[in-house]
Amino acid sequence: MSDWIDIAALEDVPQRGARVVKTQLGCVAVFRTGTDQVYALDNACPHKKGPLAEGIVHGSSVTCPLHNWVISLETGMVQGNDEGQVATYPAQVVDGRILLDPAFLRARSAA
Amino acid sequence: MTQKLIIIGAGMATGRALEHLLEADPGAYDVTLFNAEPRGNYNRIMLSPVLAGDKSYDEIVIHDADWYEANGVTCRFGERIAKIDRDARTVTAENGDVLSYDKLLFGTGSNPFMIPLPGHDLKGVIAYRDLEDTETMMGMGPDSKVVVIGGGLLGLEAAAGMAARGADVTVVHIMGHLMERQLDEAAGYLLRKALTDKGITVRCQANSKEILGEDGHVKALLLDDGTELPCDLLVMAVGIRPNTALAAEAGIAVGRGIHVDDHMVTSDADILAVGECVEHDGALFGLVAPLYDQAKVVAKTLLGEQAAFAQKELSTKLKVTGCDLFSAGDFAEGEGREDIVFRDPGRGVYRRLVIEDNKVIGAVMYGDTADSNWFFGLIRDKTDIADMRDTLIFGPAYQGGTPLDPLAAVAALPRDAEICGCNGICKGTIEDAIAAGATDLGAVRAVTKASASCGTCTGLVEQVLAVSLGDDFVIPAAQGMCGCTDLSHEDVRRMIKLQGLKSMDAVWQECAWKTRDGCAVCRPALNFYLLADWPLDYTDDPQSRFINERKHANIQKDGTFSVVPRMWGGITTPDELRAIADAAEKYKVPTVKVTGGQRIDLLGVKSEDLPGIWSDLNNAGMVSGHAYSKGLRTVKTCVGTDHCRFGTQDSTGLGIKLEKTLWGSWTPHKLKLAVSGCPRNCAEATCKDIGVVCVDSGYQISIGGAAGMDVRETELLCQVPTEDEVIDVIKAVTQAYRENAKYLDRIYKWMGKVGMDWIKEQVVENLESRAALVARFDLSQTIYRKDPWAEHAAKKSERYQPLANLTLEAAE
Ligand code: SRM
Ligand SMILES: Cc1cc2nc3c(=O)[nH]c(=O)nc-3n(C[C@H](O)[C@H](O)[C@H](O)COP(=O)(O)OP(=O)(O)OC[C@H]3O[C@@H](n4cnc5c(N)ncnc54)[C@H](O)[C@@H]3O)c2cc1C
Ligand code: SF4
Ligand code: FES
Repeated sequence: MSDWIDIAALEDVPQRGARVVKTQLGCVAVFRTGTDQVYALDNACPHKKGPLAEGIVHGSSVTCPLHNWVISLETGMVQGNDEGQVATYPAQVVDGRILLDPAFLRARSAA
Repeated sequence: MTQKLIIIGAGMATGRALEHLLEADPGAYDVTLFNAEPRGNYNRIMLSPVLAGDKSYDEIVIHDADWYEANGVTCRFGERIAKIDRDARTVTAENGDVLSYDKLLFGTGSNPFMIPLPGHDLKGVIAYRDLEDTETMMGMGPDSKVVVIGGGLLGLEAAAGMAARGADVTVVHIMGHLMERQLDEAAGYLLRKALTDKGITVRCQANSKEILGEDGHVKALLLDDGTELPCDLLVMAVGIRPNTALAAEAGIAVGRGIHVDDHMVTSDADILAVGECVEHDGALFGLVAPLYDQAKVVAKTLLGEQAAFAQKELSTKLKVTGCDLFSAGDFAEGEGREDIVFRDPGRGVYRRLVIEDNKVIGAVMYGDTADSNWFFGLIRDKTDIADMRDTLIFGPAYQGGTPLDPLAAVAALPRDAEICGCNGICKGTIEDAIAAGATDLGAVRAVTKASASCGTCTGLVEQVLAVSLGDDFVIPAAQGMCGCTDLSHEDVRRMIKLQGLKSMDAVWQECAWKTRDGCAVCRPALNFYLLADWPLDYTDDPQSRFINERKHANIQKDGTFSVVPRMWGGITTPDELRAIADAAEKYKVPTVKVTGGQRIDLLGVKSEDLPGIWSDLNNAGMVSGHAYSKGLRTVKTCVGTDHCRFGTQDSTGLGIKLEKTLWGSWTPHKLKLAVSGCPRNCAEATCKDIGVVCVDSGYQISIGGAAGMDVRETELLCQVPTEDEVIDVIKAVTQAYRENAKYLDRIYKWMGKVGMDWIKEQVVENLESRAALVARFDLSQTIYRKDPWAEHAAKKSERYQPLANLTLEAAE
C-alpha cells in the first residue's frame, strides 16, 4: 500500500521503549524493541486499562506498568496465566520512518 | 573475427570473470585490462592477514605476470581509464591513448568513504582499501599511536593487524556496539572484550568532531565530548561507495551503483559491469561471494549464453585471530520470530538463532563457529527444523543434546576470582579446601571463612561445592532472580563485582542468561546493581526502569501522574506554597494532598504537562521529591530545639542537612529517614529505614524500621556525639546497603540477611571501612545527585508528548 501514514522518525521512540499516538478513539502505543522492530497496539491493558506504552519492553513483549501483566507485542495476547488480548495494528519502518497503516485508523473510527 | 574486450579494473570480480571466460572460450575476445593500481589481480580480502604479518603479498597474488602472458591478456596496470565515448565505442586512457572496443566491462570496485571532518585531508589520514594503505599501516612502528574510525569489519581488521605489530590502537565507533550491522549486542560485547584483551582500546558511541594536525600531518582526533586521542596515523574505515564516476560521466544509468540487469548488462547493451561497483535490484555488494556469482554470469553473457544473477543469503566472518564470529541472515526480532539463545561463559561462547515458521532465518555466533556452515546451510536451504528444535542450538553433532548447565557461570570463573568479598577468599582457596575434605558449606566456612561474614556469597560457595563435587553435593534450592537465570540476586551481584561486569550485555553473557535482553524483573535490578557498583563506567538505562523512575513521577491508576516537590525536612515557605498553588491551578490538578511524608502531593497530572509543571516548580526553587523512586524519599523531622520545650538538639536542621546530603541517591528499595528531637519521637524515627533520636549527649542512630506491610521498630546501630558523625555514619550505612542488598529489599530485610553485627563492623567499628564507604557514596553522588525534573524539562520534554496526534485525521 502506498498511503501509509508517516508518524515519526524511528529515533523518536527509544529502543526498548514506546510512545503514544493520539487518535480520536484513544491512544495507540508504538513500541520499538531492542532490535528495532516496531509494533502498534492499543495503549490499554486488558486487565485494567494500564497504559502499556509506559511498561518495560523486553524481547518482543511489554510488561504492563500497573500490575505486571506481560503482553506479546506481536499478537497482543496476554502471556502466562493471565488472559486477554489487545488490538494490534500494522506498523513498519521504511527509511528510518515509522509508518502506520491507514486502515488501522478506519477500523478504529468504525469501532 | 575476434572481438575486442576492454576491462576497467583488475580486481577480484573481473579477475574471476576472466578466468571463466578464458576457460570457456579462450579465443572469443582480445582482452585489454586496465587497472589504476600498479599491479594485477590479488586477493584483496587477504590484505588483513598481510597486515597482521601472517602472510606476504606474494602469497595473495591471484594472477601474476606469467598468467596474464600465458592467457594473452594485454595488461595496462597503473593506468586509469579517463573517458568513454559510447557513440564511437572507444575509451581514452590517462596518457591519451584511444582504444576501441566491442564490449566494455566495468569492474571499478568501490571507493572508501572519507567522512569530511575538518582535517580529513591531512597527511597520515588514510583509508583501508589497497596494498598502499596496508603498507602504510605496516610501516607504523611499535611505539606509534593509531586511531581507527569505524568499528566494522574493515576497521577491526585494521586495528587488530596494527595492534599485532605493537602499535597502540584505539577504535572509535559511533554506534553502541561493534559491527552492529552483522552482530547483536551480546556478540558485540564478546568481540569488544576479545579486542580489549589484545590491548586495543574500544570507544563506542563516540562521535568524531575534528582531526587535529601539526605541520600538515595528523596529530590527534578530537571527539565531540572534548576527548583528544593523540595519533600518528588515522585510519578511516567507515564504509565504501561504489566507484561510479566514470560510468556516470559516460551517461550510463547509475543509482547508488551502476545499474545492471540479471545478465550484468548496463543500460548500454555493449557495456557490462561486475563487482562492488554495481547496483542490482536495489542492492549493493561488499563481499566476494556474490561477486563471484556475478563473474560467472557476466562471462556467459559475454559469450552469448543465457545466465541470470540471483541474490543469495550472505554470511560474514571476521579475519582477526582469536575472534571467531559468524553472522548470517536476518537476526532482528520480528512478528512470529523466536530466539534460541545459548551462552557458555566459560568458553566465551554465544549463539543465537532466529526461527520463523520452523525455519532458521538468522544466526549470530561468537566463540565457537565450527558449526557455522551447517547453520548457514539451514538458512540457505530453508530446512524445516521442527524435529530438531530442542537440540538445534548445539549444532549437528549434538542431536542428542547437552542440556544447558546452570553451573556454567561459576564453573567458568578462574581460580583467582574473589568469591567472598568480606574475607577476600578466592575460588581456588575454596577448591583446595574442598579437595582437602571440606565437603559441605559449614566445613568450607570453618576452614576458609568464605561466606562466614555477610553471607551474601553463600550461593556462589555452594555452587563451587557443586562444581567440584558433582553429584555428591546437592545445592539447597536457591531462587533464581527470574526466569532468565538460575543465579540468585546475591550471586549476580557478586559476579558483577568480582568479574568487573560493567554492562547489561556483560552480565547476560558471563552469567549465562537464558534470554536475549532480560525481562521486567531482572532489568531494573541489574540497572541498579550496575549503577551502584560502577557509577563512573555504567550509564543508567531509563528503559530498564519502572515507569515511575523513567518519568520521575508516580503513575496513577488512570495513567496520569502525581507530582511531589521536595520540602527539605518538612519545612516550606509562603513562596513555595504560593508556587504550588499556582501550579495546581494552571495545570488543573484535581487533587492536592498533604502526604504522610511531610510534603504536598499534586495528583492527577497528565504526562504531557509534567515538564511544564516541573519547570514552574523549579522556577520557584523546588526540585523533585523522588516520591516515586527506589532512592531517598523524605527525611521527616520534628520541630526540635527551635520551638519545642523538650527538644535536645536541632532535629529540623539535622534533617534538612541529611536530606540535602542523601537526595538523588538510588538505593535497592526506597529509603526513608526521620530525626526526632527527643525520645518522645514525634517524627516517628524508630519506624523508618534509618532513624535518629536526639538525646542530651548526642544522637542515637538506629536502622531497619518499617511501617508498611511489615511494621518494625529500628535497632540501635550506634550513638555518636556530633552531627558530622551522624552524617558520616548514615552515608556509610546507606552505601553498604546500596552495595550489598538485593534489589527491592528494604534495610530491615537486608539486615536480617547480613546481620547487625556485620553492619556495625563495616560502619561503626572499622573506621577505615566507614571512610571508604563514605568516599564511594560521595563519588556516586557527584554523578547522580541532580534534579531529574530540571534535566527532563530541559532535554527530554518532547518524550512526554504524544508521538503524533491523529485525532484530526481520524475525524475526516
Ligand atoms: C503519597 C503517599 C500517601 C499519602 O497520601 O500520604 C504514599 C503513596 C504511595 N505509596 Fe506509600 N505513600 C506515602 C507514605 C507512606 C508511608 C508513611 C511514611 O513514609 O511515613 C508508608 C509507611 C512507611 C514505610 O514506608 O515503611 C508507606 C508505605 C508504602 C508501601 C509499603 C512499603 C513496605 O516496605 O512495606 C508501599 C509499597 C511499596 O513501596 O512497594 C507504598 C507505595 C506507595 C505508592 C507509591 C504506590 C504505587 O506504587 O503507586 C503510592 C503512590 C500514590 C501516588 O500515586 O502518588 N507505600 N507509604 C505518601 C507519600 C509520602 C511522601 O511524601 O513521599
Ligand atoms: C581489507 C579488506 C578486507 C576484506 N575482507 C573481506 C572478506 O573477508 N570477505 C569478503 O567477502 N570480502 C572482503 N572484502 C571485500 C572484497 O575485497 C571486495 O568485495 C572485492 O575485492 C571487490 O571486488 P571488485 O572487483 O568489485 O573491486 P576491487 O577488488 O576493488 O577492484 C577494482 C579495481 O578497479 C580499479 N579501478 C577503479 N577505477 C578505475 C579506472 N577508472 N581505471 C582503471 N582501473 C580502475 C581499482 O584500482 C581496483 O584495483 C575486503 C576488502 C578489504 C579492502
Ligand atoms: S495505602 Fe498507599 S499504596 Fe495503598 S492505596 Fe493508600 S496510597 Fe496507595
Ligand atoms: S492494568 Fe495492566 S496489569 Fe493491570
